[in-house]
Amino acid sequence: MLEITNLEASVETKQILKGLNLSIKAGEVHAIMGPNGAGKSTLGYVLSGREGYEINGGKALLNDVNLLDLDAEERARAGLFLAFQYPVEIPGVSNLEFLKAAVDAHREARGEESISSKEFLKEAKLACKQVNLPIAFLKRGVNEGFSGGEKKRNEIMQMIMLKPTLCILDETDSGLDIDALQVVAEGVNSQRSADRSFIVVTHYQRLLDYIKPDFVHVLADGKIVKSGGPELALELEEQGYAWLDGESA
Amino acid sequence: MSAWLESALARAKENISSLSVNTPASPLLALQKNSLALLEGATWPNRKVEAWKYTSLYSLGEQSFSRDATTTPIAPAIDGVEFIDITFAENQWQLNDAANLPTGLSIELLSQATSLPEGFNTIKPERHLFGQINDCLLSDVLIIRVDCGVDIQTPIRLHLENSDGQEQQARAFIALGEAAKLTVVESLMGSEQGLTVLFSEFDVQASAALSHYRFQLQIADSYCVGGAHFKLGEKSQLDSQIVGFGSKLSRLDVDVIHAGEHAFVKMNAIYLLDGEEHFDLHTCLEHAMPHGTSEENVRCIVADCSQAVFNGRIHIHRDAQKSLAEMNNRNLLLSRRAQINTKPELEIYADDVKCAHGATVAEVNQEAVYYLMSRGISRGDALVMLNFGFINELVDQMPNQAIAQWLRPQLRDRFAAMKAE
Repeated sequence: MLEITNLEASVETKQILKGLNLSIKAGEVHAIMGPNGAGKSTLGYVLSGREGYEINGGKALLNDVNLLDLDAEERARAGLFLAFQYPVEIPGVSNLEFLKAAVDAHREARGEESISSKEFLKEAKLACKQVNLPIAFLKRGVNEGFSGGEKKRNEIMQMIMLKPTLCILDETDSGLDIDALQVVAEGVNSQRSADRSFIVVTHYQRLLDYIKPDFVHVLADGKIVKSGGPELALELEEQGYAWLDGESA
Repeated sequence: MSAWLESALARAKENISSLSVNTPASPLLALQKNSLALLEGATWPNRKVEAWKYTSLYSLGEQSFSRDATTTPIAPAIDGVEFIDITFAENQWQLNDAANLPTGLSIELLSQATSLPEGFNTIKPERHLFGQINDCLLSDVLIIRVDCGVDIQTPIRLHLENSDGQEQQARAFIALGEAAKLTVVESLMGSEQGLTVLFSEFDVQASAALSHYRFQLQIADSYCVGGAHFKLGEKSQLDSQIVGFGSKLSRLDVDVIHAGEHAFVKMNAIYLLDGEEHFDLHTCLEHAMPHGTSEENVRCIVADCSQAVFNGRIHIHRDAQKSLAEMNNRNLLLSRRAQINTKPELEIYADDVKCAHGATVAEVNQEAVYYLMSRGISRGDALVMLNFGFINELVDQMPNQAIAQWLRPQLRDRFAAMKAE
């Protein structure tokens, strides 16, 4: 489903990704862990098409389409979804209006007609319920005045509505209390399916207790330096990343 | 002196001499003579004059318009609102259905009246140059009166359209008796190049409530000048909603005087400019009596090379204790070449008042654009959505939501056409 080969990217003159390789099959959940500054968030931004990142080499094929050739909105329509670590607040634009435009943009890309308001509202209400967001939030400005936890739940709610094929969760657990973490994890787990894959970027093993990964990777200094099964996350929790210095030396 | 002002003066003299001969009893004559005398001593303002510092009159000054307006204005239908429509055609107000007015409402022309309505030309301050010109050139005055205690449910709409190469000078006087209620929509539409001038005065007496809209929806090369001037009696209320776009030059002067205690004003203004358009809004809130409240919100979006000017003055007189006044101006720049000049002026002579003002200029939040795009929304649609979000807060506050509903798609189209960078 996703095939990243030798991905190199930089911000201004600083190279962040230095030849990253990652292969994800349909239905798999991959966790990416690693020390601060290793390039974890950059990976999400580069894949989703954020401006300000220069691609210096490599490919990122999502279902055989090179994402790097597409604009940000085309990548989303091709099935990529990034749940942001810090979702932006957009006062004046209601969640409802925003979500409907997003859903319609996806449908248009598939050659479908835009969704009827009634059907949309029904789906949106259901999605809200799934992540425990009051329905009144739909009428509020996008993320406007939302708490940290509400913003994260809103991200998952959007994910449920947009039905992506590849979801990248960028430190979705940061700033969440245990209850909110469970709600978010349940939302994510409900979306796991044979044709949908996940990249879960996190600092903590705790999230992986709830969202069980098939693979765990360590991203350090712009590359995947170690890959393994779920047990790798437990090892990291115990040992930290100090061993990286030894290994790269 | 400019070519246009010279021709205006010549026309004014002609107007006055024909009035002196044909209708020497006209109640307008004294007023017009007075304004002409003022004008003859006036100079065409340049950028050194504070009130015109950011608005050049050069281009208008070089224009010559004719006075034979040929356009037949047709006020647009608005779903869910029935209006009493008064259109301005061939330099005269036309009331389409004069016979079927609700009880307590009268609409007439000064030419049919025997005297000037009480208060006429006392609400509009003398200092406005274009107001003086309008005094001299007006051929008639529309006079609307609502009797004391009458609530007129049907909004009145004054509709003017630019006519190609033509100049129109219109004037209205609207009086609400005690505890009366009225909605007035001033609709100045421009689909052709021309100059439209409308000055209106509103006398809102004690406990009356006026809901006022002024739409100046113009094209890029039209000219639109005028003023809306309000006098508020005790415990009266004014809700004013101003929306403007387009025009080579638009200048709107709004004056509100709290002439009675406990008057309440809420004023929202939105203007959206593109290309080389220029819109200048000067507002002046005079708190002459105690316990008055004013809330003013002005939001503006400028694209391409357009220029917006906002000058907001709040003047709290010495005896106007316990006044509350708040003014907020927020601006969004879509291009590095667009310009915003905003100047709040607070002049406070009373010591027990609460006044606040704020002005901000910002660019489109690129983080927000990326966020929307990351959900599949195109850049163009994202910008429209963000711009619309910026002003929709004010559109939502319009008391007549059917009018707001009519306006929204036009604003969306406007945003879609605006050149963002």
